[in-house]
Parts: sequence; structure tokens; C-alpha cells
Amino acid sequence: MTETPPTPNGPSGRLAITSLDISFGRRKVVSIDELRLDHAEIVGIAGESGSGKSMTTLAILGLASTVGATVSGSIVLDGQELTALSQDDLREIRGRRIAAIFQSPSTAFSPVYKVGAIVTKALRLHGATKSEAADRAAEAMRQVLLAPDLLRRYPSQLSGGQLQRVAIALALALRAEILLADEPTSALDVTVQAEVLDLLRDLRDVTGMSILFISHDLAVVAELCDRVAVMRNGVIVEQGPASQVLSSPADPYTAELLDSVPKLATTK
Amino acid sequence: MTESAVTQPPQAAVPAGTPGGRVSRREVTWRALKANPLLAVGGALVLLIVLAAIFAPLIAPLPGDAGAATHPFSVLKAPSGAHLFGTDQVGRDILTRVMYGARVSPVIAIIVLAIACVIGVPLGVAAGFLGGWLDEAIMRVTDVFLAFPPLLLALALAAVLPASLTSLTIAIAAVWWPWYVRLVRGQAASVAGRPYIEACRALGVSRSRIIFRHILPNSITPLLVQVSLDVGGVILTASALSFLGLGAQDPVPDWGLMIAEGTSYFTPDWWLVTFPGLAILVTAFAFNLLGDGLRDLLDPKRSFMS
Amino acid sequence: MLTFVARRILLAIVVVVGVVVVTFVVAHVVPGDPAATWAGPHASAAQIARARQFLGLNRPLIVQLLSYLGGMAKGNWSVSVHTHRSVLSDIMSAAPATLELVLTALLIAVAVGIPLGLISARRPGKPADQLVRAGSTFGVSMPIFWMALILQLIFSQRLKLLPAAGEYSPGLLFTHPLVKRTGFPVLDSLLGGNLPMLGSTLVHLILPAIVVAAYPAGLIARMVRAQVLDTIGETHVLNVRALGFSERQVYGRFTMKQAWPPVAAALGLVFGYSLVNTFLVESIFDWPGLGSYAAASIATLDTPAILGVTLFVAIAYVIANLVVDIVQAAIDPRIRLT
Repeated sequence: MTETPPTPNGPSGRLAITSLDISFGRRKVVSIDELRLDHAEIVGIAGESGSGKSMTTLAILGLASTVGATVSGSIVLDGQELTALSQDDLREIRGRRIAAIFQSPSTAFSPVYKVGAIVTKALRLHGATKSEAADRAAEAMRQVLLAPDLLRRYPSQLSGGQLQRVAIALALALRAEILLADEPTSALDVTVQAEVLDLLRDLRDVTGMSILFISHDLAVVAELCDRVAVMRNGVIVEQGPASQVLSSPADPYTAELLDSVPKLATTK
Repeated sequence: MTESAVTQPPQAAVPAGTPGGRVSRREVTWRALKANPLLAVGGALVLLIVLAAIFAPLIAPLPGDAGAATHPFSVLKAPSGAHLFGTDQVGRDILTRVMYGARVSPVIAIIVLAIACVIGVPLGVAAGFLGGWLDEAIMRVTDVFLAFPPLLLALALAAVLPASLTSLTIAIAAVWWPWYVRLVRGQAASVAGRPYIEACRALGVSRSRIIFRHILPNSITPLLVQVSLDVGGVILTASALSFLGLGAQDPVPDWGLMIAEGTSYFTPDWWLVTFPGLAILVTAFAFNLLGDGLRDLLDPKRSFMS
Repeated sequence: MLTFVARRILLAIVVVVGVVVVTFVVAHVVPGDPAATWAGPHASAAQIARARQFLGLNRPLIVQLLSYLGGMAKGNWSVSVHTHRSVLSDIMSAAPATLELVLTALLIAVAVGIPLGLISARRPGKPADQLVRAGSTFGVSMPIFWMALILQLIFSQRLKLLPAAGEYSPGLLFTHPLVKRTGFPVLDSLLGGNLPMLGSTLVHLILPAIVVAAYPAGLIARMVRAQVLDTIGETHVLNVRALGFSERQVYGRFTMKQAWPPVAAALGLVFGYSLVNTFLVESIFDWPGLGSYAAASIATLDTPAILGVTLFVAIAYVIANLVVDIVQAAIDPRIRLT
């Protein structure tokens, strides 16, 4: 894996979002003053569904326009302003530097392609040769503890947990620096969920990947994340180190969310 | 309708489900038309055709020409102020005959689809709700009928029956009903499988009550949509059969037959064929637009069908 | 996959038997007396009786049905009461011309329909979409016999751009004779390196092929649009976008691959429809195929010939749908895995 030198956790960060507004027509759905993701850091965005978490992922990927939303403000990746880039330039960054995994693994892969076909096509798109692509795909599969053989299967022949691992393997094989994980464990059952969380943590430890982890589930966020931002109606109401936010919430909404997770301490 | 005062045209970006925002029926319709101008076009054209069919005796220039009239001195006259669409090989006014034509194949379409529903609905309910061997038997027979392109079997039937509008109607209805069996069976089977129907059965609600209260009402919307989608197809089929001489016979002012008769005079007397054909095209087009629009409006789940 | 194919073939055979039974039943609702038609208008009662004997009409219906089925299976189809030749040999000599016309038309329909459907789905509700939707609805609303006449009037009578009728210019036969290899004039002239004849066959194909393509093109455009719109909102499409693929690839490659199975189904459907549609247009273009044969049989009320063509087209349709099923299963694993 590429060993990026750890950047100091300065105010800029690896990915820095400032004054980001996302709107549909005149209706503003997300308004973020500041959000930062540092090297090898896992930042959680917590909030109810519909609070604008997923729109934020789309905006970072430069894909908000595909659902008809407009974006203003600043998204900086290692000193490069993403909102100023053309779609062509953004495509170089998408997948290559910023990868994303989505909530429902069963729908995240096209049913008419073998999962490996998507992996190889994506690797080749970003410059790998045919044999390189095959090697890297197999290696990444082993890293997520799956047999490379599974790449020859169709999505319908894999379980949800396996598919989510393939999705993570894809991000690994692409050597993405940033992983946007949009509710990656919500559709999985509890044991599989724990495995995927472990995997994400290991990944960060080994490769220095930064992860923006989006979830409605505060228990999961508490377990995994270094820092947490709590989002409500498109606005971040509170952010800070996970332990601090979750043990002594400053915002009443956070407290409310916490109350709705009664067995926080016992969850593993 | 009268109680609500004239509704203001809605703002462009009213978010769906505005709190407390009870939108009037008229507003819903208005929005649907605005979102789908093709539905509006289709509806308007269909209305026009229906009006032409009803009021043909009042608005046609020469109502007598709808039948077996002959005017030896105005044979094959090109379109002019006196005859907007020209005259045919025996001197009849083509505009008049085109207007009366709206009373032939569109009416056949309605009859055919009514027959298809009368046969298709009971068989579909029986197959989908009662299931078992009856379902198997009905669906296998249906499959065989669906194994023919519809026009083909209608053609073969019409060809062996004596040529008349009745034969034509029978021939088309005989190939159209299986589609309705399949449609209604799908609806009935999906409703029959729902938990509340299980509950009804457990409570001892009679079969006929379940059928009339739950299954049939659930089938009405898709049935209506399908009928409106099929009118154009039946009109095209009927016109094709009449064009081949298997349906309407002279002097019936049927569009397909008019084209067939005009073919021999087609060059240079182009108007004999052109106007009846345009009438078929516009009518089928109008009903297809209307059907599409209604489906999008009433039965959005099935929009992917075509 | 093999069991899937075997099951479909079995099902197709069952349907074909059903189709034969239906045509047989249709033949026996004929109010007239086929024996009388066979014997001719001035036949005596004895001659008609002999014809009845010869045609096997005096046997019980069920026996007739069984011998009909048996004869069909052996390729021993009935004899045209009009030409007094075997219906099957008549059909076989007419089929290549029709297949050439229909396959060309379907090629045009795919080449036109798929891009239009994609354009339409790209920006739903926008003017380009409305235009394509109106256009494709126009295509499926077209009385094609009328379209054939109008195009003939415009492009051959008035503009003199394209030939009005026939498969090629008969005059060419003297200078560049067509050597029969496959029975398909385009292929034969191509295989024989007969360029002037190839040009002539292609030019003669244009008008009839466009006419037959109108309905399939409209249907395919509608199908592709609906299918793409149905898929485009799904997560895997978002995933492909997030991987950096261009919109062109997202639509033309990933979404389209998923649209193929229903489009293939539509192709099977319109293959059958188009075969029947040739009954309406071939005689207009003087195209020596099944359609002209069928139209002539209808005009002379030649029942065995009509039923023969009906059966032939129905079987071709069943086979086309069988092929479609197999192609669909090859593209979409969900179909063969269930």
C-alpha cells in the first residue's frame, strides 16, 4: 500500500469542508460550516435518516448534480479545491483517491456483472494493466479475508457481508486515500456488522486510509470513530472527539439520540 | 368542483407533502398535465375524435356520402374549397367519409376490448384466486394463444370467416382476451397472497365477497390503463384487416378499406389514401398518448412495461 | 444453463403443438366446403366426394387432427387449393426474401431505437425526451401499409430517389446475373462479388425496411428509456459513478447491459409482429416473400395456404422467443439461476 507520510493534524486536514451548502432548487438540505478528516482518522457523521448525511457523501464525490442538487462552498482534498474541478478531473479523483461504499451491499453491485468484473473494470479505468488489475484484485480480496475465487461470482451468489467486504476490497485495490462509508453496516446483521467494523479499523491502522463513516447508529459510531459530528436537518449541531461528544453531549439533540440507544455500553 | 374557487397555478417548486397542504383534485390534475404535456395532447385529440364521431351527421359537409352515394360528375377531384380532402373514385366527399370513419374502427375497438374484459376478467380471477389445476389449465391455453403474434391469428380467423365487420370484431376479440386473463390473473394472485385476504378467509368471509370487495377493485385501475393502451392497437389491427379486404366492405366508411380502395388510384390521386391514413395515425397516436399518460398517472409501478 | 435450455425447448414444443391444434380448429370453423373449392366451381357431386376422400375430410375430426399433426411433424404440410402445390415448398421459397427484409428492419430498429431511448432517458421530461417519446409513440401508432404507400409516393414517384418495387432491378440480371447460393439476394450478390447487383438489392431494401422498422424502432426506444430510468436510480449505478466512470459509460455500458434482457424480449416480440406486418407491405413493394404469398392467399381465400403461413410464422415466432429466452439467460444470471 502507498505509505503516505502522515500529515500533521493541522487545521487544513486531508479533506476539509467549509461553508458547504447543498440545495434542491431553493430548498437548502445541507449546510455545513466546517468538517475535517485527517490522515488515518475515522470521523463519524451521526444523525437520523434524512438529515443530509448521504447528500454530503454525494457532494464530496462531486455527484450531487446527478440527483439534481446544487452545491456551493469549499471541499479541499490535500490542498486541491474539488468544487472548482470539471467532471473530467473529478473522475480522476473518484475511485482513485476517494472511494465510497454504500448501505445496501446487495444493490451496490450490478446484478448482471460478476463482482470481479466491476473491480477489474474500475482498476483498468484508473490505469492498471489487465494482469496488474487481476493481481491487485486478488490481493485486496485476501486483505479483506475473502477467497479471490469469489470475484467470479455474481452478486446474487454472495452474502451481504461478503459483498460489503468486496466493496471494501475494491477501495483497497484502488488504493484510495479516503473512504466514504455511507451506512456500510446498517443492512448487515450484528455479527457480520462487527466483522466489517473490525475490518475498517484494521484498514485504517495498516494503510493510513481516512474514513468518513456515516451512520444513524450512535452505538456503532461510538465504537469505531475518533471524532464524531452529529447532524440534524442538514446542519452539524455538535462535533468533537467521540468519547467527549458521546459521554457529555453539549447539544440536546445529541442527548436525545443517545437516549435512544439504551444498551450503548453492552454493544460490541 | 364548484366548491373550490379557481385554483392558482401552483408554484414550481412546492415540495411534495407540504405540511397541511391539502391539494385540490384540480390542482393535482393540472400538475400532472404540466408534467406530462403529451397526456394533454393525447386527451385533447381523443376528445376531438370522439366529438367528430358523435356529431358527424351535423358537421360533415355531405352526410349522404357516408354511404353508397355516387356522383359521376365529381369523381377523383383534388382537395379544394368545395371538398377539403378531395373526392373518391365514385365522387364521394372524403372529408365526410373520414369523419364517419371515426364511428367504425374506434367503435370496433371498444367492442373488442369489452369482449376481452368480459372473457378475461372471470378467467383471470379464477386462475389467480382459485389457483390449482384450474390455474394451470387456463394459463396453458392462454400461453398457446399468446404464442401467436396477435395480428397473425386475427388474420387467419378473419380470412376463414365471411368478410364482415362482425367477423372482424370476433377475430380480433378472439386474440385479445388472453392478454386480459394474464393481467387480471397477476393482480388476483398478488392480492390473494396478501395477509389480510388470509385473515378474511380465516374469518370465514365468503369467496364471492373477497372477489367482489378486494380482488376486482384492485384490478380495475390496471385494467382501465390496459384498455386505454390497447385502443390504438386494436384500431391499427382492424384497419390492417380491412385494408386486406377482411373486414369492412364497401360502402362502409372505414379508414382501412378507404386506403385499400384508394390504392389503385394512388398515383396521381394521392388524397384518396393520404387522409384516411392520417386519420388512423392520429387516432392511434392519440389513444396511445392517452394510455401512456394514464398509466404514468394511475399505475406508476407499471410504467417500466413499455 | 443446460437444464434451463432443455426446459425451454420442451416448453416451446408444447406450445408449437398447441399452435398446430389452434390452426386446425380455425381451419374447421370454415363455413365453406374445402372439398368444393378443391374440385373447382363446376365440379359434380361425385368429384367433390372424391376430393373429400382425397383430402381426408370424411374421417372423424380427431383422426384428422392426429394425421394433421403427424403430417406436420414429417414436413408433409397441406397442399394449396389454389396453386395445387405443397404449401411448405411455397413457403420455403418465399421465406428468404421476408427474412432478409425483417432482419434488416430489426437492425435499423435497434440502431435507431437504442440511442433514442438513451437520449430520452438521459434527461427525462426535457424537450429531447418529449420529442423522442412523441416520435416513438408515432412509430408504434403507424398504419404501416399507409406509410409504405406514402413513402413510395414521395421517394419513388415524386422525388425519384428510390426504386418503388422489387428486390433488385430485373435488367441487371442480363448483365450481372444473380447466382443463387443462400436464396438471400443481398448475401448472394455479396458472396458472388456482384457489386452492381449488391447496390441494387440494398437500394431496393431501403423503403420496405424503413416501413417495417417503424414499429420495432418505436417499441425499442420506449423499452430502453423505461428500463434505463428504472435502473439509473439504483445504488450500483451510483457505485459505478463513484468509481469514476464517465456518464457515457454509466449509460451506454453499465445501465444498458441491464436493459438488454427486456430489449431482447422486445426483439423476439417484434420479430413476430414484423413477419406479420410484411403481409401488409410486401405486396405494395412487390417483394417476393411470405407477405406477398399470404396476401395473395387471402385474396383467393386459399385456406390451406393461409393456415400454412400462419403456422410457419407462429413457429418462427416461438423459436425466436426461445432464442430470446436463452440469450436473456446468458446476459442476466438471475434468470438462469432461479
